[in-house]
Amino acid sequence: MSLAGHLPILQVVVPLLIAPLVVFLRPRGLAWAAAATASLLAFLIAVTLTGQILRSGPVTYMLGSWPVPYGIELHVSPFSALILLIVTGASTVALFAGRRSINMEVNNDRQPLFYSAWLLALSGMAGITVAGDAFNIFVFMEIASLSGYMLIAAGPDRRALPAVFKYLLMGTIGATFYLIGVGLIYMMTGTLNLADMEARIHGVGELKPILVAAGFITVGLALKAAVFPLHVWLPNSYTYAPHMVTVFLAACSTKVSIFVLLRFDFLVFQQNLVAHDIQFATVFIPLAILAILIPSVSAMFESNLKRLLAYSSVAQIGYIMLGAALVSVTGLTAGIVTMFNHALAKGALFLAVACLGTHFLQLRIENIRGAARHMPWTMAAFVLAGLSLIGVPGTAGFISKWYLILAALQEGSLGIVLVAVVLISSLMAVVYIWRVVEAAYFGIEKEGLQPAGEAPLALLAVTWITVLANLYFGFFPSLPLTLSTEAATALLEHLR
Amino acid sequence: MSNELLIVQAIAIPLLGAVGIVLAGRQHPNLREAVTLITAVGLAGLVWSLVPEILAGGRPFIRLIEFIPGLAIEFRVEPLGMLFAALASLLWVVNSIYSIGYMRGNNEQNQTRFYAFFAVALAATMGVAFAGNLLTLFIFYEILTLSTYPLVVHKGDARTVASARVYLGVLLATSIGMFLPAIIWTYHLAGTVDFVPGGILDGRVAGPVVGLLLALFVFGIGKAAVMPVHKWLPAAMVAPTPVSALLHAVAVVKAGVFTIIKVVVYIFGIEFVFTDGSSGWFFFVAAFTIIAASLVALQQQNLKRLLAYSTISQLSYVVMAVAILKPLAEIGAAIHMVTHAFGKITLFFAAGAIYTVSKKTEINQLRGIGRKMPWTMTAFTIGALSMIGVPPTGSFISKWYILAGAIEADNHVAIATVVVSTALNAAYFLPIIYLVWFQKEETPPGMDHGEAPFAAVLALTITAGLSLLFFFFHQPVVELAAQLVREMP
Repeated sequence: MSLAGHLPILQVVVPLLIAPLVVFLRPRGLAWAAAATASLLAFLIAVTLTGQILRSGPVTYMLGSWPVPYGIELHVSPFSALILLIVTGASTVALFAGRRSINMEVNNDRQPLFYSAWLLALSGMAGITVAGDAFNIFVFMEIASLSGYMLIAAGPDRRALPAVFKYLLMGTIGATFYLIGVGLIYMMTGTLNLADMEARIHGVGELKPILVAAGFITVGLALKAAVFPLHVWLPNSYTYAPHMVTVFLAACSTKVSIFVLLRFDFLVFQQNLVAHDIQFATVFIPLAILAILIPSVSAMFESNLKRLLAYSSVAQIGYIMLGAALVSVTGLTAGIVTMFNHALAKGALFLAVACLGTHFLQLRIENIRGAARHMPWTMAAFVLAGLSLIGVPGTAGFISKWYLILAALQEGSLGIVLVAVVLISSLMAVVYIWRVVEAAYFGIEKEGLQPAGEAPLALLAVTWITVLANLYFGFFPSLPLTLSTEAATALLEHLR
Repeated sequence: MSNELLIVQAIAIPLLGAVGIVLAGRQHPNLREAVTLITAVGLAGLVWSLVPEILAGGRPFIRLIEFIPGLAIEFRVEPLGMLFAALASLLWVVNSIYSIGYMRGNNEQNQTRFYAFFAVALAATMGVAFAGNLLTLFIFYEILTLSTYPLVVHKGDARTVASARVYLGVLLATSIGMFLPAIIWTYHLAGTVDFVPGGILDGRVAGPVVGLLLALFVFGIGKAAVMPVHKWLPAAMVAPTPVSALLHAVAVVKAGVFTIIKVVVYIFGIEFVFTDGSSGWFFFVAAFTIIAASLVALQQQNLKRLLAYSTISQLSYVVMAVAILKPLAEIGAAIHMVTHAFGKITLFFAAGAIYTVSKKTEINQLRGIGRKMPWTMTAFTIGALSMIGVPPTGSFISKWYILAGAIEADNHVAIATVVVSTALNAAYFLPIIYLVWFQKEETPPGMDHGEAPFAAVLALTITAGLSLLFFFFHQPVVELAAQLVREMP
């Protein structure tokens, strides 16, 4: 098999192997260079894989050529490809943008460890995305989570420690729930392979344990995905993490968990448990509505920029879950394309905030008054990315909103309520983005502050690349839309 | 050169102008103003060069990007859009001359930002005028909102920021909260959002939903200032007067009524929209706005706020005229967009001229000012007479058509509304005219002043002249409007 045939495993192994090497790269800058290269390689692999999948459909890879159920199977579907693009893209963008920012926030002699943890997190998330069996998903999930905790705690702000402890506790509970669920399924079916599972559950006589497993797995993953009201670990973790870690994790970590959640619920449970799709909808539609509205209100009254954006992330997870909970092709497409577009918008916003962070130590709205005068490029990027978050036409965010509202309208009278929810929250997004913009553009500067200069060029350039990607995918959304539509169709195949 | 490309150029020229303005910047104010003027003249020349083709029945069309099937950015020039674009581009030239006099006369700050965003706003206006479907229109509609915000907030003090927040808040909230869902709903029902003569919704929807969808459109298009979504217009009066004059008497507000006409004619279809009783409210809301806004205008002491409420009332004339559903009234609606523009821009120019030389903003301060500023106040008088609809001013023509349509439709409410509102217009404009010319002035000594800067006087003389000329030469405009009526099946 040529090298191209091994891409699914390389996706995981490249960062995984470079990670321990990075620890020994003491000289200043080398660790960063190695990590950035590995991440870029991973991104290129993801792009190539996506190309392969678009041409010739999903890829299945047998590790060491061992056949299922003895060997480990990797499976890359259009859905995984989309998530891989998000994960590797976010990591690469953050690493290339963030050298100066990380230097400011992470102690020099800890940097090799930091970058090593970064690569482990990347490798873990890539692993979750390509793994074809439930136990490997768990292993990779643990790798990703543990290294994620380290990354968040690496910042200079000591408030990161209690935040990360909360995350650790809740994340562990989530992982344990997931493992209990997987154990129950293994007990009843004797397999861990997802594709095998769905076939074998069919033959299981007693479905009660499977139902319990569905409960455990759904709740456990919802915890990891920060689905309202299980989101309480998220705002502070994002707030006190180093800026670049926030960029990386905010763009992809919760989405990877949602990816697993959707795969389990749609592929394994819904076709075997009676009316599981209706249960799924009745649980998640109300939760999604609350998730969209309540954190948006919090964001409107929040004055810490990073926490404001973190609350907005919780609301966006609500959009994703709302689309999925409609259990229709349009709905799922909307949810999945939102993952991609939100990663773009929120990544760009956190990058812009990181630009501000190179000058302002306290990222609060009242501190950044008048910032636009000294950092015009940064704030222009913030405005454009903010428009994408709100969902203004011509930006990526609009595409997701369009599909979400279209999906809601297909639901009849319930749809009207959902449309109202989506629009009200869009208006709230206008408010919280606007508060920042107004302060930066029209606020009067605080006395005594050093006049800020523009952010480092690398950071600014990458921020703008991300912003332009928001515009590009607003006008030419065919790539994420094709992948999302195929993913949605595949997830719903079994219901039809 | 093909006319398809001209459409794109009409949007690109002001944008390039904006770039040029920023490049010229603060260091070369004369060059910067020259760029504005050249851009304005170039745009007007380009837009007007399209007129013969449209009059001959051509409908240039260009599609730029199709991002989802049935959803594209595309442009198509039809008579009403042609009329709107020609009007806005012509008045931008005059307004640019005026801006130079006003901004320099008042030593305004941030003039580069002012001229640059002004040019962007004009680009957005062209986009609205030529949009070939609802989505394209919506995009430029939003750009127009966002690009005018820095113009409204220009002064930058706390009161201005608060007012500008109302401006932005109302316009964005209505457009995202109602206009956008209405567009998506339309797409959901019809599978397209193109502007098609005769409409795209006939047969796809029936019953009370028609009225609801129409409501989402009418109130979602906040720029038309149909009550109760009119509050942003008085709030916008904190802007420098050239902004109030061109944008909040012509480009922005006309973009609103223009969009409503487009939706009624090309999305619902004029035959279809009122077959269902659930859309009957539309006419009455417009009639109510005409009267109510005039009553509020009666109580205003601030000249610009009075003009703003007068604008709200006059905009609903256009909306009501559309709802009368007779060809003559539709022609009246289209012409009224033009005549009101000439009259109202003159009034704002005059208000700004007064402010520039004397810093007076309240009506009771204007006693006897006519003797000091004869040109300005003559133009003001012509503008005011035009608002009332007295011959020989342009509005007489449009009111004539609207009334003729109302009589043809035997619509007594419409006739009564026109009559009562004309009386109300007279009631708040005639006292000002009297005060200005026939009362003794009360200027304290040392505050003496003469006529406004030449550029300002020139501009307002031109627009007042246009208002008078229109009374005598209106055939091409009526012809364009008649084509709009003929496109209706």
